[in-house]
Formats: sequence, C-alpha cells, structure tokens
Amino acid sequence: MAIFSKDEAKTILQKVISLSKADACEANLNGSNGGNIRYARNTVSTAGENSDVTLVVQSSFGKKSGTATVNEFDDASLEKAVRRSEELAQLAPENPEFMEPLGPQEYGESKTYSEATANIDPEYRAQTAANSIKPAAEKDVTAAGFLEDSHNFAAMHNSKGLFAYNQSTNVDFTVTMRTNDGTGSGWVTRDFNDVSKLDTAEASKIAIDKALMSRNAKAIEPGKYTVILEPAASIGLLQNMFFNMGARQADEGRSFLSKKGGGTKLGEQIVDERVNIYTDPFHPDVPASPWTQGGQARKKMDILKNGVVSNMFYDRYWASQKDVDPVPFPGNGIMEGGDASLEDLIKDTRRGILVTRFWYIRTVDPQTLLYTGLTRDGTFYIENGRIAYPIKNFRFNESPIIMLNNLETLGQQVRVNGNLIPYMKIRDFTFTSLSDAV
Amino acid sequence: MKRRNFVQLAGMGAGAMLLPVSPFARTVDAQHLLAPGMDVLEKKRLANVALNAAKSSGASYADIRIGRYLNQFVVTREDKVQNIVNTESFGVGIRVIADGTWGFASTSDVTEDGIAKAAKQAAAIAKANAKVQKEPVQMVPVASYGDVSYQTPIVKNAFEVPVKDKVDLLLKANAAAMDKGASYVNSIMFLVNEQKYFASTEGSYIDQDIHRTWPTFNVTVIDKESGQFKQRGAFSAPVGMGYEYLDARPEDQIVAPGDVMLYNKSYDIVEDAAMAAEQVKQILSAKSVEPGKYDLVLEPSHLWLTIHESVGHPLELDRVLGYEANYAGTSFATLDKWESKDFNFGSDQVNLFADKTQVGSLGAVAYDDEGVKTKQWDLVKDGILVNYQAIRDQAHILGEKESHGCCYADSWSSVQFQRMANVSLAPGKEQLTPEQMISGVEKGVYIVKDGSYSIDQQRYNFQFGGELFFEIKDGKIAGMLKDVAYQSNTQEFWNSCVQVCDERDYRLNGSFFDGKGQPGQSSAVSHGSSTARFNGVNVINTARSIG
Repeated sequence: MAIFSKDEAKTILQKVISLSKADACEANLNGSNGGNIRYARNTVSTAGENSDVTLVVQSSFGKKSGTATVNEFDDASLEKAVRRSEELAQLAPENPEFMEPLGPQEYGESKTYSEATANIDPEYRAQTAANSIKPAAEKDVTAAGFLEDSHNFAAMHNSKGLFAYNQSTNVDFTVTMRTNDGTGSGWVTRDFNDVSKLDTAEASKIAIDKALMSRNAKAIEPGKYTVILEPAASIGLLQNMFFNMGARQADEGRSFLSKKGGGTKLGEQIVDERVNIYTDPFHPDVPASPWTQGGQARKKMDILKNGVVSNMFYDRYWASQKDVDPVPFPGNGIMEGGDASLEDLIKDTRRGILVTRFWYIRTVDPQTLLYTGLTRDGTFYIENGRIAYPIKNFRFNESPIIMLNNLETLGQQVRVNGNLIPYMKIRDFTFTSLSDAV
Repeated sequence: MKRRNFVQLAGMGAGAMLLPVSPFARTVDAQHLLAPGMDVLEKKRLANVALNAAKSSGASYADIRIGRYLNQFVVTREDKVQNIVNTESFGVGIRVIADGTWGFASTSDVTEDGIAKAAKQAAAIAKANAKVQKEPVQMVPVASYGDVSYQTPIVKNAFEVPVKDKVDLLLKANAAAMDKGASYVNSIMFLVNEQKYFASTEGSYIDQDIHRTWPTFNVTVIDKESGQFKQRGAFSAPVGMGYEYLDARPEDQIVAPGDVMLYNKSYDIVEDAAMAAEQVKQILSAKSVEPGKYDLVLEPSHLWLTIHESVGHPLELDRVLGYEANYAGTSFATLDKWESKDFNFGSDQVNLFADKTQVGSLGAVAYDDEGVKTKQWDLVKDGILVNYQAIRDQAHILGEKESHGCCYADSWSSVQFQRMANVSLAPGKEQLTPEQMISGVEKGVYIVKDGSYSIDQQRYNFQFGGELFFEIKDGKIAGMLKDVAYQSNTQEFWNSCVQVCDERDYRLNGSFFDGKGQPGQSSAVSHGSSTARFNGVNVINTARSIG
C-alpha cells in the first residue's frame, strides 16, 4: 500500500528529523497508487496499475546540501538515508541561492481527496472503454481514448518544525472519435478530483457528435476571424502565459512582462479590463494542494485583476533579493466568466469560427508570447447565429496577450486540466494557413 | 497547472525548463553511477524465472527487460551551479501474450518472488483484456540469438569524468558568453546510461550498455534601449557517444556559409558559447524578414527537425493504423498510398532511410527492446514512399517476414512499443557543397539550427523557425535576418527539394527527449542530412507588438 495516513507519515518523518546532525534537514514522503487504460481502433490496447512510495531526505550544512532517497522505512534504512544525505552535503558545492527551510506554516483545509476516485478499479476502467467503443461502433466511428486515475499523498517535515500533509485524487479522461471514412474527427477532455462527476458515456457522445458533424469540411481562406474558443482550446495559450509570469524572468528583462528600459509590467493593464484571473486552492470545482512542494502555504490570490497584472510569481530566493513576500506558483487558474452558454455565444455571432481545441502549441517569440499551433477535432463556421458547416483546420500564430485584448464576450466556465476557464468570443484571431489534417 | 514527473528549472530560455525524470527514479550520488549493476548470470537466472512463470500462467510468449537507467544532469547559470541531479532507476518489465492479447506488468522488486508475481500479473492482465480484444496479436518470427551483448562504442564513460570537471567546463562556457556581451547564460549537461538486459521465450539473452550525451546552453542578450531580447541555443548535437564528444578536436570544426562555426563529431562548447553571444547581438540589429516565397537552403543542424516531424512521425506504422489517434495523431501517409507504389512523397532527389545502427546516433543499439537485431531500411526511394517503421506485431501488415527492429521502452516500468528509428535524408549523389548550392540561389534564406516547430496531427501542415537566418541575394549571403518562420505542407515541401549536398556535408543532429504514447514515454533519436535546397517555400514574419 503506497498511501500512508497522516499519523503514519508523521511518525516516519519525525524519526528522520530526530536522526539529523546537519544544520538543517527536510524530508519529503510521497506515495501514489495509479491506474490507466488505453484503447484505439475500438479495442483496448494497454492497461496497467502502478504504485510507489519514496522518502527524500535533504540535509544542509551552511549553503551546502545533499539529498538521499529511500523506499524502505525501517529504522536502519532511515538512518542510512539521513547519514548519506549528510555525507553528500559535506561534499557538495555551495549553492549561493540556498534558502533555509521554512518554519511552521498554517494551511487551509484541503479539498483534493475523493474516496470514489481512490476506489477506481480495473472494472471501472474497462467500462470506460466500453462506454466509448460501443456507441462509436454503432455510428461507424472509431474510438481511441485514455483514462488515467491516481490517488496520491504528500507529506513533509523539517528541522524548523514545519509539518504538512495532503491526500489527493485525480482522474483524466480524453477520447478521440474518428469517422471510418476518415473525414470527421471529434474529441473531448474531462478531468476531476472526484470521479463521481465524470460521465464517460456523455463525454464520448459529444466526441462522436463532433466527429459526425465535422465530416467533409470546407476550406476557407486563412486570415483574421472572430472565434469562439472552447475552454479546452484557450487553456493551452493561457497556461503558457501563466508559466511565463515568473518575477525573476521579468526583472531580468527576458519576459513578456519586462519593460523597455527596465522594470516590469506589475500593476499595469496588459489585457481587456474584463479579464479577471485568480487562483484559489480551496475552490470546490478545482481544488489544489494547500501547500507547495517547499511547504509554502497557497492562498486565494489575484493574477490579473481588471486586466491589470496583480501578481508575478516569486520563489523564496528571488523574493529575498527583491525584499518582497514570496508568491508561489499557483496550483490552479480560475478565469471569471459570464452567464452565456456556448449556444448563446453562437446565437450571438453573425460570422465566426467555433474551435474545439488547439494542438501542438509551441513558442515562436518569447518576448511577445507569440505561439503557433493548429485547430483540431471539430472546427466549425458560424453564420447568422448557427453552426453553418465544418471547416478545414487552420494554423494560428497568436499571442494570448493579443487574444485577451481582443475579447468580445465571456461565457460560462468549464473545468479543464485542473483550471476553470470560460468560453470566450475573441475578434481578429490570426489564422495563417490551412491544414489538410482531419 | 500540472507538471507531473518534471523537475522545474527556472531560467532556461525565457520560460521555465523542465527536466524529465522518471517517476521511479531515485536520486543517488555521482559515485553510485559507476557502481556495477547486477551480474549478467544473475540476470539470466532471474529472466528464466520470469519466462517460466509466464509460461506456466498460460502465456504463449513472454519477454523480460531488467533495466538499470542512470542519469546525470548538471545545471548552471552564469557563474553558479544551480543543480546536480544523479538518478538511478532499477527494475523489471515483463510482457506476455496470453489468449492472443498483450499483458504487461513491472516491478522494482527484483527478486525471484517479485519477478514471478509480476509475470503472473502480466498474464492475468492479458487474459482480462482478451475479453475485449478483436485483433489477436500476430508476431513475425525473430531469430534466437542466445547470449549476446553490445555497448555503445564510447571512448570516455561520462560518469567516470568528475562532476567538478563538468561544472568547470560549463562555467567556462558561461564566462566566455558573458565576456562577449551576453546578458544571461544557462547551460546544462545531460548524461544518460541505459543498462538493459532482455530475454524472451524465443531464446535470446541480450545484454546492452547504451550511452548518450548532450551538452547545451541558451544565451540571452538584452538590448536595454529597445527592451528587446533575443536568444540562441547551442550548436551541439545530442549524441550516442561518451564524454569524448566534448573533446573539441579542431578537425571536427566546420566553417559554414555566413562564417558560422559548426561542429561534427566533437564539440567546442566554450567557443560556441562565445560565438552565440556575438551572434545574438547581430540578431538584435538584423533586418526583419519580408514575408513571401523564398528558396530555402537548410543546414543539417536545422533540417533534422523537419525530417523528424514530417517524415519520421508520419511513417510510424502505429500512427498510420490509428493506435496514437487520441494523442499524437494519425498520418497522411496511409496504407493505400504505400500500396500504390507511386506516391510522390518527395522529388526524385529525396531518399529517406531509417536506421538503428549508425555509429554516434542516439538510436543506435544492436538489438531493440523486443530482441530484434537492428538494421537500416528505405522509407522513401527516389521520391516514392516505399516503407514504414514497424515492430514484430505490425510487420505482417506490410507483408514483411521480419521486424524493422525499432521497439523501445523508456524504462523498465514502461511497456515497449514502436518508436522512431534514426530517419535521415541520404546525401546527394553529385558533388555539391553548401557554398555552391547558395551560389545558385537568387532569392533565398539560409537557415542554421532548429528553432520553433509545430505540425498538425496528420503531419501535413508545419511551421518551423530556426536559430540563425541569412538572406541570400543573387547567389550570395547578404546579411542576417530575424523574425523568420516557414510554413508548408509535407508532400509539397519534399517535392520542392531540388538539390542535396554530397556526403562530405552529411551530419547528425537529433532529439534527446521525443515524446509519444499515453502514459507518455520519452525516446532519443538522431536524424542525418546534408544541406538541402527547397524552392518557393512560404516564409512568414513573426514580429508582433503587445505594447
């Protein structure tokens, strides 16, 4: 069993810290039980389960640190790991950016665990495959999907007295449906902490419908178009923006948040004033761990407020250099939406393009956050308030900053990849070439 | 914002650099990387335990991989060591066929009991999955090789070189870049050793010791006045070599058009870092490209990635068949195109081959991860699509009697599947140097080293950037360009190939971390070519303003 209770974890970690002779010692104990099933060509291709538990001990003398790992937890093994990490620390070069362990912290109550998800078994996974394959075969469609579930725990303790513990569960599901004539493709993604919110049959049906609707797509000219982005489409660009909001990069002058002549755009408006993005580890729909890997407390916090940069992320070292409070990288991103459903947004659009998802997104220019990528698995032309016909996929070259400046309407939020993101209507989205891919 | 199985490193490039680390890897000290692994006789004894347990559980076929995977990553920036990561991962993966269906199980409990249990679990999983199996596994035959072994022909085991020497070299390269005006420099050394033992019920016991090395960096220069920053990566290649790749032998230096210094079988990281800083300063003041059609002259350090994405991936048979439909995608190169025997993948200048044996390449092994002896074979011959990359349970679809030998798993804990072989463009038959090639171009762009890349899920439409771009005007290099990317369609692009330089210009580059599959697996693969010319390709300008 790879999941230790809070008490079991505490007992082991306290033993480790009590054995330490170093200036500072920090121990992390992590374990997981996981399983997955993969299917393609309307049949199961692979399935498996795995479990693992690991203790990592880091000892430090001054600014020199050493790390040892062990997966046995008897007294002798623990002592061996502590002594080994101390020996390695003595041999290590000084790390000028070393930070002492944190003292005790206060954390909010975690909402990341669901018993239903922890209880997923091979039968549930097999049923997921059946929920996709059976309706697909009935419609002359081929299913290829993947379900992955995990139950994890994380615990840490250090010589300054900090102790943290969390259990979490997660389930990720994606399925691609392709029509057997090769001209249509649909896709859907779902992820939850609590598997009782997941309906793989309903999700599979959406992907089948999209596959059937997207058959025999027409080619239209590349150019600037009004788009309705499903959250699964915009998330790729938004996540790339979050990953680039580190304060150090900005201070060093090599970020989209760096300013000409020095300084950063913290406190400046960079996108439409209706854009509000925050993080909240305690949000019931997208709970995240209340603490970071280093033991910092995560809190509800604005990232962009009324289009203004409210926070950049500071690790503890950089915060100490800049004399500010550290701002840990968030565990989730929540973008405020509106009341409009996807249908409402379509109804309100005279001419536009509905995008299911983006694919193969890569940086073109880090200074402007210009990304390229393609639409995939369901791209439709909207005319006079309704979906008129499927269109061929496009390559885009666009920056999330330009995208969020060209905001027309915000719709309802959907959970995607651990975040809450609204449907968005955007004007002048830049498509630069056509793709023949289905 | 999930970043599972990655160690985050701020500062590499503009965003964050993520180091892929196996979830089962343990951190160890550098000395431990040199400790001998399990004795080969003991491995054979344990392998037989697995094979017997699988057979007595009803398996008609079984294989076992006993793997010890060692990594060392040395990470620095400017004058500081940021991280030194040593990891070891040791365990076994057992794959069986029972009731015509695959089953797989892995364990880090490398004892008789642990292995027998995993073998039985693999057989049980196979039988459970057999209930929904519609296509029973068909394997082409493989020879029984008995007890054999192979080692990457390295001169210097990188793990025998003291960590201090590696740190000193990286810091010296960083200092050289800073001396030449770099604002920042991040450098990193990736060193990998796979010690893997394979045995199967076909009667092979294969012991292999595989080494890979990749030193790389990223130099940033900020123009304070304009607030613009530009970057350039290292002109090294990831290689299937030992630490001798860092020997910087003068005979391996190449002066390419535009006075660009490139490297062949060994690499001078210090010289390259200094040049990078000089070149990034030039990029900052370079002319922004005028969009339009250009003849592209693509250097091997650039062309490898275009080959990888537009040739290597679409010619993987599992993609063609739909096994990767939910993630990486399918392929435009469908079986009917291959069966027609006249599908023009490219012009008659285009000969593309797959290979698992090229010395110094990332993909070179003597036997793949299902015990098949490796080889070289043609994919595109005189422009016509002639073959794919296939493994033992796929080769029958192509009417072939043996596997291509390109099965790979990134860990003992991962199930092996079809992975890309080294896929390369054969050199041109006529004597031709890059300088001679450029002298025939009226309006073109010469591109050195790979940059940004993106391609659709069936591998039609792609966009590639690069590191250095030179304008070609009336047969001459006319200065540096910036904001360049080209977009094309795979078949159109390869049909626009009008010239390939001869074998004197042939060099390998490659990908150290190529992702595929669900759950994702990483593999390393090289791609060789000589400089090649592609006429009338669409070039876009990537400059934007975000205020």
